[in-house]
Amino acid sequence: MAVTEKELQEILDQYPSKVQKNRTKHIFIKDGAESAQVIEANTRTIPGIITNRGCAYAGCKGVVLGPLKDMVHITHGPIGCGYYSWGTRRNKAKSDDPTQNFLNYCVSTDMQESDIVFGGEKKLAKVIDEVIDIFHPKAVTVSATCPVGLIGDDISAVARAAESRHGVPILAFSCEGYKGVSQSAGHHIANNILMERVIGASETEKASGKYPINILGEYNIGGDSWEVERVLEEIGYTVVSVMTGDGSYEELKNAHTAELNLVQCHRSINYIAEMLETKYGTPWLKVNFIGIAGMSESLRNMALYFGDEALIAKTEEVIAREVARIEPLMEQYKKICDGKTAFCFVGGSRGHHYQGLFAEIGIETVLAGYEFAHRDDYEGRQVIPTIKTDADSKNIPQMQVSADERRFRLKVSPEKMEELKQKIPLSYYAGMTVTMKDGSIIVDDLNHFETEEFIKILKPDIFASGIKDKYVIQKMGIPAKQLHSYDYSGPYAGFNGAVNFARDVSMGFASPTWNFIVPPWQDEPLLTGTVTEEGVA
Amino acid sequence: MLDCTPKELKERNSGGAINPAKTCQPLGAMYAALGIHGCLPHSHGSQGCCSYHRMHLSRHFREPAMASTSSFTEGASVFGGGANLKTAIKNVFAIYNPEVMAVHTTCLTETIGDDIPSIIKSTEIPEGKIVIHANTPSYLGSHVTGFSNMTKGMVSYLAEATLPIKKEQVNIIPGFVNPGDMREIKRIVKVMGIKSIMFPDTSGVLDAPMTGKFTMFPQGGATVAQIKDSGNSKLTLALGRFASSDPAELLAQKCQVPATILKTPIGIKATDALLVALRRAFAQEVPYELEEERGQLVDIMTDTHFHFHGKQVGIFGDPDIVTGLTELVLSLGMKPIHILTGTPGGAKGSVAGSFEDEIQAMLKSAGVSANVKAGGDLFTFHQWLKNEPVDLIIGNTYGKYIARAEDIPLVRVGFPVLDRSVHSYLPIVGYRGAMRLIESISNALLDRADRDAADEDFELVM
Repeated sequence: MAVTEKELQEILDQYPSKVQKNRTKHIFIKDGAESAQVIEANTRTIPGIITNRGCAYAGCKGVVLGPLKDMVHITHGPIGCGYYSWGTRRNKAKSDDPTQNFLNYCVSTDMQESDIVFGGEKKLAKVIDEVIDIFHPKAVTVSATCPVGLIGDDISAVARAAESRHGVPILAFSCEGYKGVSQSAGHHIANNILMERVIGASETEKASGKYPINILGEYNIGGDSWEVERVLEEIGYTVVSVMTGDGSYEELKNAHTAELNLVQCHRSINYIAEMLETKYGTPWLKVNFIGIAGMSESLRNMALYFGDEALIAKTEEVIAREVARIEPLMEQYKKICDGKTAFCFVGGSRGHHYQGLFAEIGIETVLAGYEFAHRDDYEGRQVIPTIKTDADSKNIPQMQVSADERRFRLKVSPEKMEELKQKIPLSYYAGMTVTMKDGSIIVDDLNHFETEEFIKILKPDIFASGIKDKYVIQKMGIPAKQLHSYDYSGPYAGFNGAVNFARDVSMGFASPTWNFIVPPWQDEPLLTGTVTEEGVA
Repeated sequence: MLDCTPKELKERNSGGAINPAKTCQPLGAMYAALGIHGCLPHSHGSQGCCSYHRMHLSRHFREPAMASTSSFTEGASVFGGGANLKTAIKNVFAIYNPEVMAVHTTCLTETIGDDIPSIIKSTEIPEGKIVIHANTPSYLGSHVTGFSNMTKGMVSYLAEATLPIKKEQVNIIPGFVNPGDMREIKRIVKVMGIKSIMFPDTSGVLDAPMTGKFTMFPQGGATVAQIKDSGNSKLTLALGRFASSDPAELLAQKCQVPATILKTPIGIKATDALLVALRRAFAQEVPYELEEERGQLVDIMTDTHFHFHGKQVGIFGDPDIVTGLTELVLSLGMKPIHILTGTPGGAKGSVAGSFEDEIQAMLKSAGVSANVKAGGDLFTFHQWLKNEPVDLIIGNTYGKYIARAEDIPLVRVGFPVLDRSVHSYLPIVGYRGAMRLIESISNALLDRADRDAADEDFELVM
């Protein structure tokens, strides 16, 4: 089943005219015959629309910084922002030294009215002093919330002063919630400062193992990164750092020593990937560790990049073994899921990545979209030069890096690079649209109204989204799968993750609970009897 | 677990919080607004606020928490959010069509000083629709204050005294409790034979049934007509000083409805107080149905007192809930030796007196000495426990880390409970709620005793 242009128009026509005009540009029906289908993305959500989007602070502190375990993350602001981003995202971490793992801690300056009136700089400085005194962390981050920028607190100056007082790096992030149009602005802000202050900050010049790589845009939700690393390490790769799942300040400092950067979530980390290439000459490879095919292809592409026969052979051996092991497990779940349809609306990469895994268990994605992506995540990176910068993107600093005189080294020759680019997505991402079937719907910043309307028409069997949608969808009698938190399950990445996902999705379909929605008396008359010639009996 | 928390207590004077025991006002305002029938809460601020609050409420209730946002950008922050709010009001009524839109502010819009009443006044609102608002600066008080402020907003916008003589009905402001608690309080008042208006009332909204159909505005919630009519009631019972006394006082001023401020009816004493207040005001005898429940509760308490007596407890959470829980554990002969709320005690502009004084008075009459703190955080609470261990922790989900670190059983009560389900449907208030709490406490203590018992001490009957 698909949505026709007419049906789409009917949905949009229910909007007030300004909203209709705006939303029209964020939705299209995939048509491969059209050469380039343009979508509007990374622009403002109209006030009053029930959007799933969050803010720059959530993207910066919540997504990128939060998982870094050996740094204390201070939220400078009233209590809420720090509180909500505390332990809610399932970015797991373990540490050899549990006294240097601060993931279960939430530090906030808990600004009060007097701080808003007289400024919060002194309080921030005191909180930094306390944090250093109590926790002795390797480094500290300070993330700004909305009022901080408005009252003009200079958090960078406070951080610099505290850094010289304590001799501990203190990183300031001006990620006030109103910046940009979504979490995306915060990713960019976090990327800039991590690149400027952390990556390359060690004296190490060479990674200690073979095939050193960084994994970028992998946040170890539900242990995803651990499952991927299990396989990578067996094949023979040395994981220098993960950005930022189970990541650390200590590892991140060495990220410049990698020979290749893998990019899992393109949206949240492509800035660092690009800057690493410019500064150190290390290319990045777009990977997709979700699904058996995605995982296998990514592993093969990595092996091809390094071009070592033994590595290629080992890669094939591991893939063959893993696939043989899990395919029988997948088979039972396929029987349950086959022929079903899904909506897949997630943040900035999973809306794309999970389509492959859905397909592997027989589920077709009929609608997909991203909450906070940019046009390149839909259309491919070739459109980047054509993306217009608007007022909202202008206020995110665009960091300029240049080649590091001492450390820049082309990891592959320009000729080899061109040759590889023909075969593998090296320093390139083709986006979501190209992989979707004709007739499927692509929606940017899907909102509540559209969710209801598209469900009415397409009646999907499962809806993959987040917690704000989940119970809305389930009230309709449709299983909803959280793909931000995995409904507290996981890992979903890699080979074992595919099995976990298939199991959980099947559980959603097979649960007997759905059968109880309609009470047995609802289709039964209250009184039964027969009408005879004598009357009613 | 929490290996970075030192045992040594050092005074922290920065005013910052480590592992907070409160969150910000707008969350409470959003929750309260969902207790109006047909209402869409609206967050006037950045998108992240609305998103965080909806997520948090959905995680606690496992229900949709619908709300819209003004989607601030830097431009709006500089030039004011009037245009955003006007657009939002227009779109909300055109697209989602609620009966009421309840706007609350955020730290952003409070800092820039958006004048919400003027913006609302200068916006065209569709015929028959209502927009109310509450100022909920995140840098004052806590989520409990936000609940109180939005409830005040309901009074100031909606309540009307239209009759010369007050009606024989009671207003109940239930405080920041679960829908299951609100249902139980309404049941008790009904059994007393007294007509009541409860607002806000999230029952039927955040515990709405599964029907196979989603409705954005479920059947529950206090209707606008009810809230209007609250001005004609004979009495307001404000349950929980921190969440409910301000709106009750405002209703007294505005509509001359006398207010009685009671504790959240957790435990036998506070439930008794509720019934006594109703009995006196309405000259209605307490029916056998409730006396029977009370008698059952006392029966349980006496029969099992040896499970509890002398056991040391640490309690944290929202002030009204913690006050009720403290009274309940004292009535069981337990010793609450660490008591903490994250909400500042007696916030500015609030009639609520000092949390610490009230708790200390209860402890004094029971002969228990304890650490008591308002405006505290869980880092402090944990350090107290390290220095003076307890047999049991009662608090919200955030206590699970401390419970694990110190190997102490935890009974989850209050807001939020994110890692267990069904809690929001079942009451902790009234005599039945007390039974449920006693069951939870005794299960936690006895499961622990079973776990720790040597084989030869492992008992069949306890």
